[in-house]
Amino acid sequence: MHYLYIVTALALVISVIASREKTLKALKISGKRFFSILPDFLVMLILISIVLFLVPDKVVSTYLGTDNKFNGVLIASLIGSITLMPGFIAFPLCGILLKKGVLYMVLSAFTTTLMMVGVLTYPVESAYFGRKVTIMRNTISFFIALVVAVMTGILFGEIF
Amino acid sequence: MKRGSVFKIAAISCYVLFLLASWTFGFTTGKEIGYNFASFSLYMLKILPCAFILIGLFEVWVKKETVEKHLGEESGIRGYLWSVLLAGATVGGLYVAFPVAYYLYGKGAKLSVIFTYIGASAICRVPMTIFEASFMGIKFSTIRLLLSVPLVIVTSMLLARYFTRRKYQIMPGK
Repeated sequence: MHYLYIVTALALVISVIASREKTLKALKISGKRFFSILPDFLVMLILISIVLFLVPDKVVSTYLGTDNKFNGVLIASLIGSITLMPGFIAFPLCGILLKKGVLYMVLSAFTTTLMMVGVLTYPVESAYFGRKVTIMRNTISFFIALVVAVMTGILFGEIF
Repeated sequence: MKRGSVFKIAAISCYVLFLLASWTFGFTTGKEIGYNFASFSLYMLKILPCAFILIGLFEVWVKKETVEKHLGEESGIRGYLWSVLLAGATVGGLYVAFPVAYYLYGKGAKLSVIFTYIGASAICRVPMTIFEASFMGIKFSTIRLLLSVPLVIVTSMLLARYFTRRKYQIMPGK
């Protein structure tokens, strides 16, 4: 994350040196755009805070470890779609689950939907791109995640 | 005021009232939800201001022709390559990719390229992938990347074609 700060600071310094006025104009645009989307971000954060309360990490661990492979993949992809976790929480969790014997394909379904399918980010995505784009992109992403999970299962020898 | 924004204001106020009430009466559920809200807000506040500063600088300094040339209708296969590389350098997640993609589109990037960018920034951010590989193994991450990136590009092309044929307009000027 640090490189984001470095890049932003560098860009700002270079911009100020090149033109003070343009930099000021840029910052005004930044502020305006940030505040115009802020309500949608708030709605998203509210949804996240409630869903994470209803589906805490423990529940995720319990459900991913089911005996039936294909149910596992399906449940994992549903949980991955409706929750949102930063990578620094999700991957260590998956690492633990892997050691406990949860299949690669189940974890693949979980992490890929977690990253690509955003039910909780719907307020922000639809504010920018509209409802139709949002629903179609997420649906397609869900199926991509399923394909990736099944292929992962095949390549790790978990299916045959 | 639009109906959507009335709904948003109502939802946000109810939520704030709920948290305040939980805090006053010691309602644990509400406190936990409040804690979740605070920790996620802090996490995003570490990233979003920088992202929007860069969006502003980009708006002022980068010419529309440049974006059109590299990510627009004439860009061909290079447009997808650029968008995957840009996605690799993106920090945060989808919620950062949406505004970036939206303003790239406003500057003349084509629809299939921004869909690719959104999908790719979900799955192939470099720091995240390294982190993933350290917990799940390199084989796992390689399989995931080699399968999902081409799928994202192909489906983005199809999705873009679908929306272009239906003359779908993404509202400019948010």
